[in-house]
Parts: sequence; structure tokens; C-alpha cells
Amino acid sequence: MRALTYHGKMKVQVDSHPDPQIVNPRDAIIEVTSTAICGSDLHLFDGVIPGVLKGDILGHEFMGRVVEVGPKSTLEVGQRVVVPFTISCGACFHCRNQEFSHCDNSNPVEKQDMSETLYGHSMAGLFGYSHLTGGYPGGQAEFVRVPFSDVGPIVIPDHIPDEQALFLSDILPTGWMAADQATVEPGDTIVVWGAGPVGLFAAQSAKVMGAEQVIVIDHYPRRLALARKMGAKVIDRSQTNVLEALMEMTGGQGPDAVIDAVGMESHGFGNFNLPDTIKQKVGIGADRIGALREAITAVRKGGRVSVPGAYGGMSDKFPTGALMEKGLTLRTGQTHVQRYYRELLERIERGEIDTTFLISHVMALEDAPRGYDQFRNNQNEWTKVVLKPKWEKGRQEEGRARTELDMEAGVAAGPRPAALSTEEALHA
Amino acid sequence: MDRDDSWLDEPRPSWPPHGALEGHHFGAPAPRPGPLTERRVVAAAATLGLGALVGLAAYAYLGPSASQSKRRADAPRLTDDAPGRTARQARFGDYAVTGRSVTIDRPREEIYAFWRDFANLPRFMENIVEAGEPEPGLSTWTIRAPLGQTVKVRSRIVNDRAGEQIAWRSTPDSQIETEGKVMFRDAPGGRGTIVETVIAYKPPMGALGQAVAKLFSAEPSVQARRDLKRLKMLLEAGEIATNVNRRDKANKAQQGGPSVQADLSRSATPTAIPTATA
Repeated sequence: MRALTYHGKMKVQVDSHPDPQIVNPRDAIIEVTSTAICGSDLHLFDGVIPGVLKGDILGHEFMGRVVEVGPKSTLEVGQRVVVPFTISCGACFHCRNQEFSHCDNSNPVEKQDMSETLYGHSMAGLFGYSHLTGGYPGGQAEFVRVPFSDVGPIVIPDHIPDEQALFLSDILPTGWMAADQATVEPGDTIVVWGAGPVGLFAAQSAKVMGAEQVIVIDHYPRRLALARKMGAKVIDRSQTNVLEALMEMTGGQGPDAVIDAVGMESHGFGNFNLPDTIKQKVGIGADRIGALREAITAVRKGGRVSVPGAYGGMSDKFPTGALMEKGLTLRTGQTHVQRYYRELLERIERGEIDTTFLISHVMALEDAPRGYDQFRNNQNEWTKVVLKPKWEKGRQEEGRARTELDMEAGVAAGPRPAALSTEEALHA
Repeated sequence: MDRDDSWLDEPRPSWPPHGALEGHHFGAPAPRPGPLTERRVVAAAATLGLGALVGLAAYAYLGPSASQSKRRADAPRLTDDAPGRTARQARFGDYAVTGRSVTIDRPREEIYAFWRDFANLPRFMENIVEAGEPEPGLSTWTIRAPLGQTVKVRSRIVNDRAGEQIAWRSTPDSQIETEGKVMFRDAPGGRGTIVETVIAYKPPMGALGQAVAKLFSAEPSVQARRDLKRLKMLLEAGEIATNVNRRDKANKAQQGGPSVQADLSRSATPTAIPTATA
């Protein structure tokens, strides 16, 4: 089979691998019909997540048809399923508590030593995401062996197209859990750092949960335009003083909950991010926490901090003073996909959630290396990339994030606005 | 099984040290590093060079004085509640003592019964090639050792309480001197069973042998941790997780029993997967 393979920092290519087989009784083999590049794949691409080895197959957002099942799988050949990126046994203490991404039994024993040393406890297994989380071959491939297939995959009715359901695998429940962990209450202002796919879904989720005001912060105009299109207010951090703006947009109180959907590769040079960046470059620090620092400073006293953004190592200058003195609640974690995906599928079917507005490009799996390159280096235009293993090399289509934004004059990246006049500054 | 006390009459090796298998020994007059420690520190610093010397100088200036250190060393210590094997000492007499606990969401009796059938041990213990009970109360294990060697251990079951405990001690003709036990008790809050193993053994070739074994992940403390996790996977999830996606790459844990393999080969329909396009 063909699969996107890691060949070192900033180097991925589509290689041939042996087709996967059933190895354990609960396995199933999925023939992938759609898969996507996730923002967290870029952390792997950039080489900042430890334990990614040359030859690893990447990808953890995928769906497809069941082509083979083990004797203990409950799936049937031919079913169309979305596979959660978290691998969960469904039987351990954590799975029974609906904490599926903390599963004790899905990370191979030999792989647990590394994360136990680094984090004190081992992680659950994840598809295509470093040997810290099991080193499982990922979903940017023609076929995937799916362990515990009686617990993970969710069957999708045929009338729902791939693009609408695909993101149930990760970013949709991740955004939803981010808002859930931020706890949306009537009258609340929820602020999201990062208008990437997870940030956009977190903002949409907070709206659906009844937030009074959702504010999204980024510096890419097209990504901010997507946030605005689904009802959020936006702050362009390259034009606006973020902390001051958030105080002024919340009556001097500060936001009730903040969501860090940026993670370990925060941009910019504010908030001590410059020394973080240098340390990450020379390999003596792992996480750049500029966005998280700003979020913790911005949130109101007694507020909630929700962190869906991915971090992998350690950081400096974590604002423990603000965290304690303001009495904040910090909630984090990889997504417990199986806790949320049924409810989210129903909301998709009822049309309450839009899952395709952020797709900018659909392309052949064979062209995935270009997808990685553009998704990383052209973040304004490339907001979400879907890959098709069945498409011939070179075929590419535009997604709604391009076709619709381009039609709406003024939201696409135009020339930089001139300095505000006195009147504009006086305007509320 | 009735309790067999005949082993009590057997000559007992010079172990276990006081309380190594039970509570901390801090309350007992245990050997304590003497004032030699500082001299050892100085010797190490000389080899490590100037940086360490600077650190030492800073320590001498800012750290506790000799009389402070002595007062601290002499201060009475509370006997704490931590298991003895977690004490900050590597050896208990000639023996290394190691142990590990795991919580498994299955009833006590079931886990006991699975373990008591020694033929099951190789299914989750990576380094056990073969295990059996050739005569009641006597078990034999063939253990994989570093550098392709195997070691045979013969041990007598010295305590066997259904659903609670299995304890063993190697017989005098065994290749390794070892003693250990596995205990089963109900986990609080209906969370299943806490399985706790404690193993004492005399490392072949002493500390060097232990270091070499550790290097090859064949050391009992590493193995105990991994083996108990595999047991948990097998009993909770029904299979042992692996990231390999080809059966020829799977190890014995996935190949499970012959029955599992038979099932798999029946269901596996190679023609179901179209040939790779490349």
C-alpha cells in the first residue's frame, strides 16, 4: 500500500509499505477513503515531538470502509466508519470513566517506558503520532490496522458525505471538548487563541453551547475571516493590543474562559516567546508557551483555562503566580473522542454544526508532501487539507474555505489597512 | 491447596534482610552511610574536574555545616508506610529486591487462577520461555537471560492461598537464588484487584550482572513492570497491544495460544485486501 512516511525533520514522502493484516482478535482493517493533515502533524513534521522515527506512517484523522475483521471485532465488512485518533480498550479504569485518551491498555508495553520516564505515566496509543504514544502506523495511507475496533470506530450513515464526518476523528471533538472543559455559562465571553481547525471548532462549539460572546485571536486574515463567518468576533494580534482589547471587550472584567488552541509552536516574539523559540531551535527546550502565557494573563479572576493545544515537553516562565493568585482552573488533555462523537454525529445530521467550512484543499494522498509544505508555510491560504488515497496524483480541488471566502469581498487578504484615523480610534 | 510447611525446615539463606519484603526498615538500626560519604564526594569531584570543585565549594559555603549534617544523620526517623522495596538503597544484603503493583479490573479469584496455572506465565512474561509444575508444589521456569542465554529456575511453592497469594523460593539446585510472592487483594471502590509482586534475587555476577541485565531490559525490576502491564492488557482487554501490522512481525504475546492463531487465520482473508497499487 501507499502511505505518507516520515523521513526526518521537514521531510515526508509517499512510500510503499506492506498491506496491514489482522494481528489481534479485536482488530479490523480499514480501507481509507478520506484522511486529513492535522495541525499536530505539523509538530511532528517540524521535529518538535520526541519519538518520531524515520519510516513511521503519519496521520491520525481518517475514515473508510471495513475490509477485514478479527474474530472479536463487532464491525462488519463493508461498513463505513470514522476512526478516533485515540486507541482505547474500552475496559480499563480510564475507559470506563469515559477518559478514553488515558487508556491503560492500548500503548504497547515496550513503548510505555519512554513516556513513563518523561511524564510519570504512560500515554494511550494514538495512530501515527510518535512512539511515545505507541508508534502505531497512521491513517495517511491506503489501509490501516485498527486495534480494538469494537470500541473505536463509529459507523457513519451513507447519506453523510466523507467531508462532513471525517473530522469526528479528532478536530471536531477536540474543539468540542475544549469548549466543554472551558465550561460555557450564560453571559460568558470565551476567547480562543488560534484560528486553526481546532480553534475554529472550539469557537463554534462555544457558540452552540450558548456563549454570549466568542472572540478568536490570530494573525492570518483568512483564518480570522473563517472565525467571523461562523459568528465569532476576531482580534488580529498583528494590529491590536490583545490584553487591552480583551479587557475592553468584556467591560473591564476579562474573559470568563480562555482556550489555547495554539500549542507548542506559538508564533511571535511577545510573552517571552523569543527565548522559548531559541531554546526549541537548539534543542534545549521543547514547548513554546507564548499563547498559553497570554491566555492565563488575560482570563478573569476565578476563570477557566482550557488547553487543547498540543505540548510535549517542558517550558519556562509558566505563570504560576497568575494561575494561583487568580484562582484559575486549568483543564487539558488529549481528546476523549469516544465520549463525544455520537452526540456530535447527531448534531451534524441535524445541521447544527458545520464541519466543512474550514476545508481549503482536497488533494490526492500521493501529493501529501506538498500538502504538508503548504499547510505549514502558507497558513493563511491553506486552512485544512483533506487527502484522498484513491485520487490520481495531481488531482486537487478547492474547499469551501476558498470558494466561499473568495466570493465575499473584503474578507480575503487585501492590502494592509492604513493607520487608523482619530475618528476611527474614537469609534466604539 | 493445603499449606505445605515442610520448606520451613530447609536451611534458609542469609536473607531476607530485616523487613525488606515488609515495611521500611528505617525504624530498625539499619546500616547508614557514614562520614566517609563526604570524602567520596571529594574523590568524585577530583575526577569530574573544576566544575564539580566549584560546585563543592559553593556547597561547602552555602550547604549545611559538618555539625548540621551530623545532627541530621543522628536525628531519629519515623518508620514510614512505604513498601520496603522503595527504600533509597539498591541492595538488601546480597539480594536485590524489586516489586511492582498493578490494578486489574477483574475479580481476585480469576486473576489468581490464571496465574496459578503456570503454563499461562509465558503469555505475559516476556523473558519466561517456559513454565510448568512437574510435581505439585514444585515449579520450573526457563528464563531468557542476556546474550542469548537461558537460566533454569526451580522453586518450591512455599505459600499458596487461593485468591490471595502465591509465594515461592528457589530450591538449592536452582541456577538462580530467588524468592518472591504475588499477592492479590481487592482494590478499593470496586476497581478490581491490586496485584502486587515482590521478587528478591541474587544477581548473577553481583552488581555488574545486574547492570548488564538492566542494559538488556532483562532485569527483574524492568520486567516486573512490563509483565504486569501485559497481564493487565490480557485480562482486561483480552489481548496484548502491539503496533505491528503484520502477523509475521508479531511476538509471542500476540500469537497468544494456538487457538487464537487458528481463529485469526480462519478470519483472515488475504484476498479481501486488494493488492497494493505500487
